[in-house]
Amino acid sequence: MELFTNQILAGIATGAIYACMALAVVMIYQAIDHLNFAQGEMAMFSTFVSWQLMQWGVPYWGAFVLTLIFSFAGGIAIERLLFKPLAKAPILTNVAGFIALYAIINSVAGLIWDFTIKQYPTPFGSSPFLGSQLISTHQAGMIGVTLLLLLALFFFFRFTRMGLAMRAAASLPESARLVGINTSWMIALGWGMAAAIGSIAGMMIAPVVFLEPNMMLGVLIYGFAAAVLGGLTSPFGAVVGGFLMGIFENLVGTYIPGVGNELKLPIALALIVTVLVVKPAGLFGRPIVKRV
Amino acid sequence: MTAMLNVKDLRAYYGQVQALHGLDFGLNEGSMTTLLGANGAGKTTTLRAICNMVRSTGAIEFDGAPLAGRSTENIVRLGIAHVPQGRGTFTTMTVEENLQLGAITRQDKGGVVSDIEKMYDHFPVLKERHTQQAGTLSGGEQQMLAVARALMLRPRLMLLDEPSFGLAPLIVRDLFKILGKINREDKVTILVVEQNAQLALELADKAYVIETGRIVMSGSAAEIANNEDVRKSYLGY
Repeated sequence: MELFTNQILAGIATGAIYACMALAVVMIYQAIDHLNFAQGEMAMFSTFVSWQLMQWGVPYWGAFVLTLIFSFAGGIAIERLLFKPLAKAPILTNVAGFIALYAIINSVAGLIWDFTIKQYPTPFGSSPFLGSQLISTHQAGMIGVTLLLLLALFFFFRFTRMGLAMRAAASLPESARLVGINTSWMIALGWGMAAAIGSIAGMMIAPVVFLEPNMMLGVLIYGFAAAVLGGLTSPFGAVVGGFLMGIFENLVGTYIPGVGNELKLPIALALIVTVLVVKPAGLFGRPIVKRV
Repeated sequence: MTAMLNVKDLRAYYGQVQALHGLDFGLNEGSMTTLLGANGAGKTTTLRAICNMVRSTGAIEFDGAPLAGRSTENIVRLGIAHVPQGRGTFTTMTVEENLQLGAITRQDKGGVVSDIEKMYDHFPVLKERHTQQAGTLSGGEQQMLAVARALMLRPRLMLLDEPSFGLAPLIVRDLFKILGKINREDKVTILVVEQNAQLALELADKAYVIETGRIVMSGSAAEIANNEDVRKSYLGY
Protein backbone atom coordinates (compact mmCIF):
# COMPACT_ATOMS: atom_id res chain seq x y z
CA MET A 1 0.00 0.00 0.00
CA GLU A 2 2.83 2.35 0.86
CA LEU A 3 4.41 1.62 -2.49
CA PHE A 4 1.12 2.47 -4.17
CA THR A 5 0.69 5.81 -2.32
CA ASN A 6 4.32 6.57 -2.97
CA GLN A 7 3.91 5.98 -6.70
CA ILE A 8 0.75 8.09 -6.84
CA LEU A 9 2.44 11.04 -5.10
CA ALA A 10 5.57 10.75 -7.23
CA GLY A 11 3.23 10.60 -10.25
CA ILE A 12 1.53 13.81 -9.19
CA ALA A 13 4.94 15.48 -8.85
CA THR A 14 6.17 14.56 -12.35
CA GLY A 15 2.60 15.04 -13.55
CA ALA A 16 2.88 18.68 -12.48
CA ILE A 17 5.76 19.09 -14.93
CA TYR A 18 3.82 17.35 -17.71
CA ALA A 19 0.91 19.63 -16.92
CA CYS A 20 3.13 22.70 -17.43
CA MET A 21 4.48 21.39 -20.72
CA ALA A 22 0.99 20.42 -21.89
CA LEU A 23 -0.28 23.86 -20.94
CA ALA A 24 2.51 25.53 -22.91
CA VAL A 25 1.73 23.36 -25.93
CA VAL A 26 -2.00 24.07 -25.69
CA MET A 27 -1.46 27.84 -25.38
CA ILE A 28 0.43 27.93 -28.65
CA TYR A 29 -1.95 25.46 -30.28
CA GLN A 30 -4.91 27.66 -29.33
CA ALA A 31 -3.21 30.70 -30.79
CA ILE A 32 -1.88 29.34 -34.10
CA ASP A 33 -3.35 25.82 -34.53
CA HIS A 34 0.05 24.14 -34.61
CA LEU A 35 1.87 21.89 -32.16
CA ASN A 36 5.14 23.38 -31.04
CA PHE A 37 7.61 20.50 -31.38
CA ALA A 38 10.35 22.76 -30.05
CA GLN A 39 8.57 23.53 -26.77
CA GLY A 40 10.82 21.10 -24.88
CA GLU A 41 14.00 22.47 -26.43
CA MET A 42 12.98 26.02 -25.59
CA ALA A 43 12.48 24.90 -21.98
CA MET A 44 15.83 23.10 -22.00
CA PHE A 45 17.60 26.19 -23.30
CA SER A 46 15.96 28.34 -20.62
CA THR A 47 17.08 25.85 -17.97
CA PHE A 48 20.66 26.10 -19.24
CA VAL A 49 20.42 29.88 -19.04
CA SER A 50 19.34 29.66 -15.40
CA TRP A 51 22.18 27.20 -14.72
CA GLN A 52 24.66 29.57 -16.34
CA LEU A 53 23.38 32.46 -14.24
CA MET A 54 23.88 30.37 -11.10
CA GLN A 55 27.40 29.48 -12.25
CA TRP A 56 28.05 33.19 -12.43
CA GLY A 57 26.94 33.51 -8.84
CA VAL A 58 23.33 34.61 -9.12
CA PRO A 59 21.29 33.03 -6.28
CA TYR A 60 18.67 30.42 -7.24
CA TRP A 61 15.52 32.54 -7.10
CA GLY A 62 17.23 35.47 -8.79
CA ALA A 63 18.25 33.18 -11.63
CA PHE A 64 14.71 31.76 -11.67
CA VAL A 65 13.12 35.17 -12.18
CA LEU A 66 15.71 36.35 -14.71
CA THR A 67 15.17 33.12 -16.66
CA LEU A 68 11.42 33.70 -16.71
CA ILE A 69 11.97 37.15 -18.17
CA PHE A 70 14.51 35.83 -20.68
CA SER A 71 12.15 33.03 -21.76
CA PHE A 72 9.20 35.36 -22.11
CA ALA A 73 11.19 37.71 -24.34
CA GLY A 74 12.69 34.77 -26.22
CA GLY A 75 9.26 33.28 -26.93
CA ILE A 76 8.06 36.60 -28.32
CA ALA A 77 11.20 36.95 -30.43
CA ILE A 78 10.77 33.46 -31.91
CA GLU A 79 7.18 34.23 -32.85
CA ARG A 80 8.02 37.60 -34.38
CA LEU A 81 11.01 36.36 -36.36
CA LEU A 82 9.98 32.87 -37.41
CA PHE A 83 6.29 32.11 -37.05
CA LYS A 84 4.64 35.44 -37.79
CA PRO A 85 6.01 35.34 -41.35
CA LEU A 86 4.75 31.73 -41.59
CA ALA A 87 1.24 32.56 -40.34
CA LYS A 88 -0.41 32.08 -43.73
CA ALA A 89 1.93 29.33 -44.92
CA PRO A 90 0.72 25.72 -45.35
CA ILE A 91 0.84 23.31 -42.41
CA LEU A 92 3.93 21.47 -43.63
CA THR A 93 5.91 24.69 -43.88
CA ASN A 94 5.09 25.37 -40.26
CA VAL A 95 6.01 21.83 -39.23
CA ALA A 96 9.36 22.27 -40.98
CA GLY A 97 9.78 25.53 -39.07
CA PHE A 98 9.19 23.80 -35.75
CA ILE A 99 11.59 20.99 -36.57
CA ALA A 100 14.23 23.50 -37.64
CA LEU A 101 13.74 25.39 -34.41
CA TYR A 102 14.07 22.13 -32.47
CA ALA A 103 17.32 21.21 -34.21
CA ILE A 104 18.79 24.70 -33.96
CA ILE A 105 18.11 25.16 -30.25
CA ASN A 106 19.34 21.65 -29.47
CA SER A 107 22.63 22.11 -31.34
CA VAL A 108 23.23 25.62 -30.07
CA ALA A 109 22.78 24.43 -26.49
CA GLY A 110 25.21 21.57 -27.19
CA LEU A 111 27.66 24.01 -28.74
CA ILE A 112 27.59 26.41 -25.80
CA TRP A 113 27.27 24.01 -22.89
CA ASP A 114 28.30 20.66 -24.50
CA PHE A 115 26.44 17.37 -24.13
CA THR A 116 27.82 16.16 -20.80
CA ILE A 117 25.28 15.67 -18.05
CA LYS A 118 25.26 18.35 -15.36
CA GLN A 119 23.91 18.46 -11.84
CA TYR A 120 21.15 21.00 -11.33
CA PRO A 121 20.31 22.35 -7.88
CA THR A 122 16.95 22.27 -6.19
CA PRO A 123 15.92 25.12 -3.91
CA PHE A 124 13.74 22.78 -1.88
CA GLY A 125 16.33 20.17 -0.86
CA SER A 126 15.70 16.48 -1.29
CA SER A 127 15.02 15.35 2.25
CA PRO A 128 11.76 13.58 3.08
CA PHE A 129 8.85 16.00 3.00
CA LEU A 130 7.43 16.62 6.51
CA GLY A 131 9.30 13.55 7.77
CA SER A 132 7.32 11.25 5.52
CA GLN A 133 9.09 8.76 3.29
CA LEU A 134 6.36 9.08 0.68
CA ILE A 135 7.52 12.22 -1.08
CA SER A 136 10.64 14.38 -1.08
CA THR A 137 10.73 18.11 -0.46
CA HIS A 138 11.72 18.70 -4.07
CA GLN A 139 8.70 16.77 -5.32
CA ALA A 140 6.48 18.73 -2.95
CA GLY A 141 8.12 21.91 -4.24
CA MET A 142 7.41 20.92 -7.85
CA ILE A 143 3.74 20.44 -7.02
CA GLY A 144 3.61 23.71 -5.06
CA VAL A 145 5.23 25.81 -7.78
CA THR A 146 2.93 24.32 -10.42
CA LEU A 147 -0.17 24.99 -8.36
CA LEU A 148 0.91 28.61 -7.81
CA LEU A 149 1.50 28.99 -11.54
CA LEU A 150 -1.89 27.53 -12.40
CA LEU A 151 -3.59 29.82 -9.92
CA ALA A 152 -1.82 32.87 -11.33
CA LEU A 153 -2.77 31.90 -14.89
CA PHE A 154 -6.37 31.29 -13.88
CA PHE A 155 -6.63 34.79 -12.39
CA PHE A 156 -4.89 36.34 -15.37
CA PHE A 157 -7.24 34.80 -17.93
CA ARG A 158 -10.38 35.16 -15.85
CA PHE A 159 -10.10 38.59 -14.34
CA THR A 160 -7.79 40.82 -16.36
CA ARG A 161 -8.50 42.75 -19.53
CA MET A 162 -5.40 41.40 -21.21
CA GLY A 163 -6.45 37.86 -20.34
CA LEU A 164 -9.89 38.48 -21.79
CA ALA A 165 -8.38 39.92 -24.96
CA MET A 166 -6.06 36.93 -25.33
CA ARG A 167 -8.92 34.48 -24.92
CA ALA A 168 -10.97 36.39 -27.49
CA ALA A 169 -8.10 36.46 -29.98
CA ALA A 170 -7.57 32.72 -29.61
CA SER A 171 -11.22 31.78 -29.92
CA LEU A 172 -12.34 34.06 -32.78
CA PRO A 173 -9.54 36.12 -34.33
CA GLU A 174 -11.75 37.96 -36.80
CA SER A 175 -14.29 39.07 -34.19
CA ALA A 176 -11.42 40.00 -31.89
CA ARG A 177 -10.02 42.33 -34.54
CA LEU A 178 -13.48 43.83 -34.96
CA VAL A 179 -13.52 44.91 -31.32
CA GLY A 180 -10.08 46.46 -31.78
CA ILE A 181 -7.81 43.74 -30.41
CA ASN A 182 -4.39 43.47 -32.00
CA THR A 183 -4.54 39.70 -32.47
CA SER A 184 -1.05 39.48 -33.88
CA TRP A 185 0.45 40.76 -30.62
CA MET A 186 -1.83 38.51 -28.59
CA ILE A 187 -0.27 35.54 -30.40
CA ALA A 188 3.21 36.82 -29.61
CA LEU A 189 2.22 37.26 -25.99
CA GLY A 190 0.92 33.68 -25.95
CA TRP A 191 4.31 32.50 -27.21
CA GLY A 192 6.08 34.47 -24.51
CA MET A 193 3.88 33.02 -21.79
CA ALA A 194 4.20 29.48 -23.16
CA ALA A 195 7.99 29.82 -23.21
CA ALA A 196 8.00 31.10 -19.63
CA ILE A 197 5.73 28.28 -18.44
CA GLY A 198 7.98 25.77 -20.21
CA SER A 199 11.04 27.25 -18.54
CA ILE A 200 9.46 26.68 -15.12
CA ALA A 201 8.86 23.04 -16.08
CA GLY A 202 12.49 22.75 -17.21
CA MET A 203 13.94 24.27 -14.05
CA MET A 204 11.72 22.09 -11.85
CA ILE A 205 12.47 18.80 -13.62
CA ALA A 206 16.20 19.40 -14.18
CA PRO A 207 17.25 18.16 -10.69
CA VAL A 208 15.42 14.90 -11.48
CA VAL A 209 16.47 14.18 -15.07
CA PHE A 210 19.79 16.13 -14.89
CA LEU A 211 20.75 18.95 -17.19
CA GLU A 212 21.74 18.12 -20.77
CA PRO A 213 20.48 19.19 -24.22
CA ASN A 214 18.17 16.18 -24.63
CA MET A 215 16.67 16.34 -21.16
CA MET A 216 13.22 17.49 -22.28
CA LEU A 217 12.61 14.96 -25.05
CA GLY A 218 10.77 12.45 -22.87
CA VAL A 219 9.09 15.19 -20.88
CA LEU A 220 7.71 16.83 -24.03
CA ILE A 221 6.33 13.54 -25.33
CA TYR A 222 4.50 13.10 -22.04
CA GLY A 223 3.40 16.71 -22.30
CA PHE A 224 1.98 16.03 -25.77
CA ALA A 225 0.28 12.89 -24.51
CA ALA A 226 -1.19 14.91 -21.64
CA ALA A 227 -2.43 17.64 -23.99
CA VAL A 228 -4.01 15.10 -26.34
CA LEU A 229 -5.56 13.22 -23.43
CA GLY A 230 -7.06 16.34 -21.89
CA GLY A 231 -7.97 17.88 -25.23
CA LEU A 232 -5.83 20.27 -27.26
CA THR A 233 -8.55 22.90 -27.13
CA SER A 234 -8.75 22.95 -23.34
CA PRO A 235 -6.09 24.42 -21.04
CA PHE A 236 -7.91 22.91 -18.07
CA GLY A 237 -7.89 19.53 -19.82
CA ALA A 238 -4.16 19.83 -20.48
CA VAL A 239 -3.49 20.30 -16.77
CA VAL A 240 -5.69 17.37 -15.75
CA GLY A 241 -4.12 15.30 -18.53
CA GLY A 242 -0.67 16.16 -17.20
CA PHE A 243 -1.40 14.92 -13.70
CA LEU A 244 -3.13 11.80 -15.05
CA MET A 245 -0.14 11.06 -17.29
CA GLY A 246 2.28 11.36 -14.36
CA ILE A 247 0.28 8.96 -12.22
CA PHE A 248 -0.35 6.56 -15.12
CA GLU A 249 3.33 6.50 -16.05
CA ASN A 250 4.40 5.61 -12.52
CA LEU A 251 1.75 2.97 -11.92
CA VAL A 252 2.40 1.25 -15.24
CA GLY A 253 6.15 1.30 -14.65
CA THR A 254 5.75 -0.18 -11.19
CA TYR A 255 3.00 -2.71 -11.55
CA ILE A 256 3.14 -4.03 -15.07
CA PRO A 257 6.01 -6.46 -15.25
CA GLY A 258 8.53 -5.90 -17.99
CA VAL A 259 7.66 -2.23 -18.57
CA GLY A 260 10.16 -0.62 -16.21
CA ASN A 261 11.82 2.61 -17.27
CA GLU A 262 12.68 1.58 -20.80
CA LEU A 263 9.17 1.00 -22.07
CA LYS A 264 7.53 4.02 -20.45
CA LEU A 265 7.85 6.25 -23.51
CA PRO A 266 6.27 3.82 -25.99
CA ILE A 267 3.37 3.62 -23.57
CA ALA A 268 2.92 7.40 -23.78
CA LEU A 269 2.86 7.11 -27.56
CA ALA A 270 0.39 4.23 -27.40
CA LEU A 271 -1.82 6.40 -25.22
CA ILE A 272 -1.68 9.28 -27.74
CA VAL A 273 -2.74 6.94 -30.53
CA THR A 274 -5.50 5.37 -28.44
CA VAL A 275 -6.97 8.73 -27.45
CA LEU A 276 -6.85 10.00 -31.03
CA VAL A 277 -8.69 6.90 -32.24
CA VAL A 278 -11.26 6.59 -29.46
CA LYS A 279 -11.91 10.20 -28.46
CA PRO A 280 -10.06 12.62 -30.75
CA ALA A 281 -11.25 15.71 -28.89
CA GLY A 282 -9.75 14.41 -25.62
CA LEU A 283 -11.44 14.33 -22.24
CA PHE A 284 -12.29 18.02 -22.01
CA GLY A 285 -11.83 19.30 -25.56
CA ARG A 286 -14.52 20.55 -27.89
CA PRO A 287 -14.89 18.50 -31.04
CA ILE A 288 -13.81 20.69 -33.91
CA VAL A 289 -16.43 20.97 -36.60
CA LYS A 290 -15.47 22.69 -39.79
CA ARG A 291 -17.90 23.85 -42.41
CA VAL A 292 -16.74 22.86 -45.86
CA MET B 1 -22.90 68.96 -44.99
CA THR B 2 -19.58 67.19 -45.43
CA ALA B 3 -19.59 63.44 -45.44
CA MET B 4 -18.23 61.57 -42.44
CA LEU B 5 -17.26 58.59 -44.54
CA ASN B 6 -16.26 59.12 -48.13
CA VAL B 7 -15.70 56.24 -50.51
CA LYS B 8 -14.19 56.77 -53.93
CA ASP B 9 -13.65 54.22 -56.69
CA LEU B 10 -13.65 51.28 -54.30
CA ARG B 11 -12.61 48.02 -55.92
CA ALA B 12 -12.25 44.80 -53.96
CA TYR B 13 -10.81 41.41 -54.83
CA TYR B 14 -11.03 37.84 -53.57
CA GLY B 15 -7.91 36.33 -55.05
CA GLN B 16 -8.24 36.90 -58.80
CA VAL B 17 -11.95 37.59 -58.64
CA GLN B 18 -13.01 41.21 -58.57
CA ALA B 19 -16.07 41.70 -56.37
CA LEU B 20 -16.47 45.48 -56.42
CA HIS B 21 -16.03 47.53 -59.59
CA GLY B 22 -15.53 51.10 -58.43
CA LEU B 23 -18.03 52.21 -55.81
CA ASP B 24 -18.52 55.87 -54.92
CA PHE B 25 -20.64 56.89 -51.97
CA GLY B 26 -20.67 58.98 -48.84
CA LEU B 27 -22.30 58.86 -45.42
CA ASN B 28 -23.37 62.06 -43.70
CA GLU B 29 -22.77 62.42 -40.00
CA GLY B 30 -25.82 61.27 -38.04
CA SER B 31 -27.49 59.68 -41.05
CA MET B 32 -28.83 56.19 -41.46
CA THR B 33 -28.07 54.70 -44.83
CA THR B 34 -29.01 51.36 -46.26
CA LEU B 35 -27.25 49.34 -48.89
CA LEU B 36 -29.62 47.11 -50.85
CA GLY B 37 -28.90 44.40 -53.33
CA ALA B 38 -29.36 40.75 -54.20
CA ASN B 39 -27.18 37.91 -52.95
CA GLY B 40 -23.64 38.23 -54.21
CA ALA B 41 -24.05 41.86 -55.27
CA GLY B 42 -21.15 42.94 -53.06
CA LYS B 43 -22.88 44.39 -49.98
CA THR B 44 -20.89 42.40 -47.44
CA THR B 45 -17.72 43.00 -49.40
CA THR B 46 -18.32 46.75 -49.21
CA LEU B 47 -18.52 46.64 -45.42
CA ARG B 48 -15.50 44.37 -45.22
CA ALA B 49 -13.52 46.69 -47.47
CA ILE B 50 -14.25 49.66 -45.20
CA CYS B 51 -12.67 47.70 -42.32
CA ASN B 52 -9.78 46.42 -44.43
CA MET B 53 -10.86 42.80 -44.16
CA VAL B 54 -10.59 42.19 -47.88
CA ARG B 55 -7.99 43.35 -50.42
CA SER B 56 -9.18 46.55 -52.02
CA THR B 57 -8.08 49.65 -53.90
CA GLY B 58 -9.56 53.13 -54.03
CA ALA B 59 -9.88 55.77 -51.38
CA ILE B 60 -11.85 55.57 -48.15
CA GLU B 61 -11.79 58.60 -45.90
CA PHE B 62 -13.16 58.80 -42.38
CA ASP B 63 -13.39 62.36 -41.04
CA GLY B 64 -11.14 63.40 -43.88
CA ALA B 65 -8.37 60.96 -42.91
CA PRO B 66 -7.58 58.09 -45.29
CA LEU B 67 -8.10 54.57 -43.95
CA ALA B 68 -5.70 52.99 -46.44
CA GLY B 69 -2.88 51.05 -44.79
CA ARG B 70 -4.64 50.82 -41.44
CA SER B 71 -5.23 47.40 -39.94
CA THR B 72 -8.76 46.29 -39.05
CA GLU B 73 -8.18 46.82 -35.34
CA ASN B 74 -6.84 50.31 -35.92
CA ILE B 75 -9.86 51.24 -38.01
CA VAL B 76 -12.13 49.97 -35.23
CA ARG B 77 -10.22 52.11 -32.74
CA LEU B 78 -11.20 55.20 -34.75
CA GLY B 79 -14.79 54.53 -33.70
CA ILE B 80 -16.07 52.34 -36.52
CA ALA B 81 -17.99 49.36 -35.14
CA HIS B 82 -18.76 46.49 -37.49
CA VAL B 83 -21.41 43.90 -36.70
CA PRO B 84 -20.44 41.16 -39.12
CA GLN B 85 -22.59 38.67 -40.89
CA GLY B 86 -23.11 35.72 -38.55
CA ARG B 87 -22.86 38.18 -35.65
CA GLY B 88 -19.31 37.28 -34.57
CA THR B 89 -20.44 36.35 -31.06
CA PHE B 90 -17.76 34.99 -28.73
CA THR B 91 -19.87 31.91 -28.11
CA THR B 92 -17.72 30.32 -25.40
CA MET B 93 -17.74 33.46 -23.27
CA THR B 94 -20.46 34.91 -21.11
CA VAL B 95 -22.80 37.66 -22.26
CA GLU B 96 -21.09 40.13 -19.93
CA GLU B 97 -17.63 39.19 -21.20
CA ASN B 98 -18.87 39.81 -24.74
CA LEU B 99 -19.91 43.30 -23.71
CA GLN B 100 -16.58 43.91 -21.98
CA LEU B 101 -14.80 42.82 -25.13
CA GLY B 102 -16.75 45.41 -27.09
CA ALA B 103 -15.17 48.06 -24.87
CA ILE B 104 -11.73 46.49 -24.68
CA THR B 105 -10.03 49.46 -26.34
CA ARG B 106 -11.55 51.99 -23.93
CA GLN B 107 -9.61 53.29 -20.96
CA ASP B 108 -12.49 54.74 -18.93
CA LYS B 109 -13.39 51.91 -16.55
CA GLY B 110 -16.30 53.74 -14.96
CA GLY B 111 -17.77 54.60 -18.34
CA VAL B 112 -17.60 50.97 -19.40
CA VAL B 113 -19.43 49.82 -16.29
CA SER B 114 -22.20 52.39 -16.77
CA ASP B 115 -22.43 51.58 -20.49
CA ILE B 116 -22.95 47.89 -19.69
CA GLU B 117 -25.87 48.94 -17.48
CA LYS B 118 -27.15 51.09 -20.32
CA MET B 119 -27.04 48.09 -22.67
CA TYR B 120 -29.00 46.09 -20.12
CA ASP B 121 -31.63 48.86 -20.20
CA HIS B 122 -31.74 48.78 -24.01
CA PHE B 123 -31.84 44.97 -24.09
CA PRO B 124 -33.34 43.63 -20.83
CA VAL B 125 -32.98 40.03 -22.02
CA LEU B 126 -29.19 40.42 -21.92
CA LYS B 127 -29.33 41.39 -18.27
CA GLU B 128 -31.32 38.25 -17.47
CA ARG B 129 -28.68 36.16 -19.15
CA HIS B 130 -25.52 38.09 -18.33
CA THR B 131 -23.69 35.10 -16.78
CA GLN B 132 -24.78 32.68 -19.49
CA GLN B 133 -22.49 31.50 -22.28
CA ALA B 134 -23.31 33.61 -25.31
CA GLY B 135 -23.55 30.51 -27.51
CA THR B 136 -26.63 29.40 -25.59
CA LEU B 137 -28.61 32.51 -26.58
CA SER B 138 -31.23 32.34 -29.32
CA GLY B 139 -30.52 33.90 -32.71
CA GLY B 140 -32.43 37.06 -31.86
CA GLU B 141 -30.73 37.43 -28.51
CA GLN B 142 -27.33 36.94 -30.12
CA GLN B 143 -28.14 39.68 -32.61
CA MET B 144 -29.08 41.99 -29.73
CA LEU B 145 -25.80 41.06 -28.08
CA ALA B 146 -23.88 41.78 -31.28
CA VAL B 147 -25.44 45.24 -31.56
CA ALA B 148 -24.83 45.90 -27.86
CA ARG B 149 -21.22 44.73 -28.19
CA ALA B 150 -20.69 47.13 -31.08
CA LEU B 151 -22.23 50.00 -29.10
CA MET B 152 -19.85 49.33 -26.21
CA LEU B 153 -17.14 50.84 -28.39
CA ARG B 154 -19.10 54.13 -28.30
CA PRO B 155 -18.78 54.15 -32.05
CA ARG B 156 -19.33 57.15 -34.27
CA LEU B 157 -20.13 54.91 -37.21
CA MET B 158 -21.79 51.53 -37.06
CA LEU B 159 -21.74 49.05 -39.93
CA LEU B 160 -24.38 46.33 -39.75
CA ASP B 161 -24.35 43.32 -42.02
CA GLU B 162 -27.85 41.86 -42.41
CA PRO B 163 -28.95 42.23 -38.81
CA SER B 164 -32.34 40.68 -39.66
CA PHE B 165 -30.85 37.46 -40.99
CA GLY B 166 -32.56 34.40 -39.56
CA LEU B 167 -34.77 36.34 -37.14
CA ALA B 168 -38.53 36.18 -36.65
CA PRO B 169 -40.34 39.20 -38.16
CA LEU B 170 -41.43 40.57 -34.77
CA ILE B 171 -37.87 40.47 -33.45
CA VAL B 172 -36.64 42.19 -36.59
CA ARG B 173 -39.11 45.05 -35.94
CA ASP B 174 -37.84 45.39 -32.38
CA LEU B 175 -34.26 45.38 -33.51
CA PHE B 176 -34.83 48.07 -36.13
CA LYS B 177 -36.72 50.20 -33.61
CA ILE B 178 -33.66 50.04 -31.37
CA LEU B 179 -31.36 50.88 -34.28
CA GLY B 180 -33.51 53.93 -35.07
CA LYS B 181 -33.30 55.02 -31.46
CA ILE B 182 -29.52 54.61 -31.37
CA ASN B 183 -29.27 56.64 -34.56
CA ARG B 184 -31.47 59.48 -33.27
CA GLU B 185 -30.56 59.63 -29.59
CA ASP B 186 -26.93 58.57 -29.51
CA LYS B 187 -26.17 60.28 -32.85
CA VAL B 188 -24.48 57.17 -34.20
CA THR B 189 -24.15 57.17 -37.98
CA ILE B 190 -25.39 53.86 -39.34
CA LEU B 191 -24.78 51.96 -42.56
CA VAL B 192 -26.94 48.88 -42.73
CA VAL B 193 -26.84 46.16 -45.34
CA GLU B 194 -30.21 44.46 -45.66
CA GLN B 195 -32.16 41.91 -47.59
CA ASN B 196 -35.30 43.04 -45.83
CA ALA B 197 -35.54 46.10 -48.07
CA GLN B 198 -38.95 47.28 -46.93
CA LEU B 199 -38.00 47.66 -43.30
CA ALA B 200 -34.60 49.13 -44.09
CA LEU B 201 -36.16 51.77 -46.37
CA GLU B 202 -38.74 52.72 -43.74
CA LEU B 203 -35.98 53.64 -41.32
CA ALA B 204 -33.14 54.92 -43.45
CA ASP B 205 -32.66 58.46 -44.75
CA LYS B 206 -30.69 57.40 -47.77
CA ALA B 207 -30.33 54.26 -49.84
CA TYR B 208 -27.97 52.79 -52.39
CA VAL B 209 -28.81 49.85 -54.62
CA ILE B 210 -25.91 47.72 -55.67
CA GLU B 211 -25.77 45.10 -58.41
CA THR B 212 -22.78 42.91 -59.30
CA GLY B 213 -20.32 45.21 -57.59
CA ARG B 214 -21.65 48.52 -58.94
CA ILE B 215 -23.98 51.13 -57.50
CA VAL B 216 -26.92 51.26 -59.88
CA MET B 217 -29.16 53.64 -57.99
CA SER B 218 -28.98 56.08 -55.13
CA GLY B 219 -31.27 58.60 -53.52
CA SER B 220 -33.35 59.32 -50.47
CA ALA B 221 -34.95 56.25 -48.95
CA ALA B 222 -38.38 57.52 -49.98
CA GLU B 223 -37.35 57.97 -53.62
CA ILE B 224 -35.84 54.53 -53.77
CA ALA B 225 -38.86 52.96 -52.11
CA ASN B 226 -41.12 54.51 -54.76
CA ASN B 227 -38.94 53.51 -57.67
CA GLU B 228 -40.71 51.09 -60.01
CA ASP B 229 -37.70 48.79 -60.55
CA VAL B 230 -36.79 48.63 -56.90
CA ARG B 231 -40.36 47.86 -55.95
CA LYS B 232 -40.48 44.97 -58.39
CA SER B 233 -37.05 43.56 -57.61
CA TYR B 234 -36.71 44.06 -53.88
CA LEU B 235 -40.09 44.85 -52.41
CA GLY B 236 -42.12 42.39 -54.46
CA TYR B 237 -45.20 44.44 -55.36
